[in-house]
Amino acid sequence: MIGRNSLFGPVDPAADAGYDDHPKRKGFFTDTSVCIGCKACEVACKEWNDVPENLFEMLGTSYDNSHSLNANQWRHVAFVERPAKPPVDLGMPSMGPGGVAVDAVTQQTEVAGSAEDMDFRWLMSSDVCKHCTHAACLDVCPTGSLFRSEFGTVVVQDEICNGCGYCVAACPYGVIDRRKGPDGADNIGIAQKCTLCYDRLTEDQVPACAKACPTESILFGDVEELRQTANDRVARLHEQGVMDARLYGNDPEDGVGGTGAFFLLLDEPEVYGLPPDPVVTTKDLPAMFNRAGMAALALLAGGVVSFLGRKR
Amino acid sequence: MSAKQREGHQQGEREGKHRGSPARDSMVPEAEFESYYGRQIVKPAPWEHDIAYYLFTGGVAAGSAILGTGAELTGRPGLSRVARAGSLVGLLSSVFFLIHDLGRPSRFLNMMRVVKLTSPMSVGTWLLALHGPFAGLASVGEVLRVLPQRWQRGPLGLALKLSRPAGIVAAATAPPVAAYTAVLLSDTATPAWHDAYKELPYVFCGSAAAASGGLGLIGAPLHEAGPARAFAVGGALVELVVEHKMEESMGLSAETLHTGTAGKWMKAAKVLTIAGAAGAVLGRRSRALSVLSGAALMAGSLSTRLGVFEAGLASARDPKYTVVPQRERVAAGNPVRYEG
Ligand code: SF4
Ligand code: SF4
Repeated sequence: MIGRNSLFGPVDPAADAGYDDHPKRKGFFTDTSVCIGCKACEVACKEWNDVPENLFEMLGTSYDNSHSLNANQWRHVAFVERPAKPPVDLGMPSMGPGGVAVDAVTQQTEVAGSAEDMDFRWLMSSDVCKHCTHAACLDVCPTGSLFRSEFGTVVVQDEICNGCGYCVAACPYGVIDRRKGPDGADNIGIAQKCTLCYDRLTEDQVPACAKACPTESILFGDVEELRQTANDRVARLHEQGVMDARLYGNDPEDGVGGTGAFFLLLDEPEVYGLPPDPVVTTKDLPAMFNRAGMAALALLAGGVVSFLGRKR
Repeated sequence: MSAKQREGHQQGEREGKHRGSPARDSMVPEAEFESYYGRQIVKPAPWEHDIAYYLFTGGVAAGSAILGTGAELTGRPGLSRVARAGSLVGLLSSVFFLIHDLGRPSRFLNMMRVVKLTSPMSVGTWLLALHGPFAGLASVGEVLRVLPQRWQRGPLGLALKLSRPAGIVAAATAPPVAAYTAVLLSDTATPAWHDAYKELPYVFCGSAAAASGGLGLIGAPLHEAGPARAFAVGGALVELVVEHKMEESMGLSAETLHTGTAGKWMKAAKVLTIAGAAGAVLGRRSRALSVLSGAALMAGSLSTRLGVFEAGLASARDPKYTVVPQRERVAAGNPVRYEG
């Protein structure tokens, strides 16, 4: 079942994991240009998946009160404060309510006051486990607790995870986490993250977050189709002069083989707390084992040499 | 909040751990980068110091298994005894630390559910399971040997007979036990650990030789300690030289080996290892000096493990080490791409 691209490169993850017959790969396309930061997705996720509250970790350093993806936060809406940009001058009269979503950036500044009053603008983005094509978390898990579902997603089995925490250090996006609290919650010490609502998928249902999103910022569907939608959307925004719009994670030839959950961003990824060019760590695993093998041989040789040529 | 305030505020959140330490300022100019309120991007491994001790005791166990067999085959009973003890105690304590970190023994057994080549932790567990019983039997043989003759019969006699070949298997399976721990750390998104993957196995193997040789220097009589001395000094040299090379090839994240807690451990490791190696060479005829340098070498090895461990955690906590190298790669037009 280990194919040529099993550690790196474009591959159909479900087929690579050995499913002969499987549904099309499912995923999310999160279009942050229409996200209004309502956090309905966060709440819907917690409700459906019974994820405990997280508020005891309140940081108080920004308007973002849930601050990161972690064991108790499977969806996270980032509130990004950015310095204001001069309004885009499109040089054409067509920009307006007829256009697609009126360009959320302009819309938001209008709500808060006139654009000249503002020295910053808001970017909102709902983040989630990327369900990577090459998922480092899954590769390094020593118990087989993390598995690839028939939908091409990555799911944790609570009963099998032994809480070793290896997946936590391996995820290049900092998504998966070991649950620390609150006291009395289920699965303390066990790795937790978005399952892409595996239980709902098996019932032909849309994941809770996508269902709850009022602006359709979170789209759920077949990854292939979503990629098409994403390309169309970015092209349209570019036409409208929103040149900062870019896709993130959609490319099957990137460092993780493309993600199952990808994004349309309006600024650099790191501004949203995303790594700019993540690479699955197991890409280098063969080289790592080679080096370790050589070092091991050297150690053995060193041991032999230490005894050679010494009289007793 | 104004843009200016926000900026100061981001700075503030990033500050604290590393910023402003003189060692760092003198090394590299401050890297400019953006992040989400300075918050970490990759998550640091949720491991306690147990794992650093585990790396150390595993190294002692592996090196000692090699030394013990060599000593047995070349008729050095004193060295063989201390090395076998080191192998057994090292093994038991590394299993203890592993289980302690997991929380429950049953979770250790859980690791045996599957064999997974893509998981160094799975590979390591199986390596230990392969090496452990042989090393254990070899060590038991050491005890049986000193029992009165009339007890060395029946199953005990058989165990004694088997202990010698078991020792050979233990020595042959020991090196991977010492080396895999480097892969365990490197196969993560933790910048300082991943960046070190080319050299880390050599550093850890060198460190294992230094520590186990050091143990031999402490426990073996002077006239038998020659091989332990050679093993220790050789290991120390490899550790020092390759560690230097590693820092050159790591790039930005090498910084974390010089700053904060990790910096202190790495400095201690260097001083102790150099002193220990020098003492081992000079103290060939002095039992006291040998013991002292053996202890220094062991302490040096432990410091190296703690230093590398802490550096990794620090590199995960500061988004700089994730963002800047990736950003530079992209800016230079070399984003990571699959190429046929
Ligand atoms: S984003 Fe992280 S947790 Fe999610 S599949 Fe990828 S490696 Fe695993
Ligand atoms: S914490 Fe659980 S899911 Fe993560 S690697 Fe360990 S056993 Fe696997």
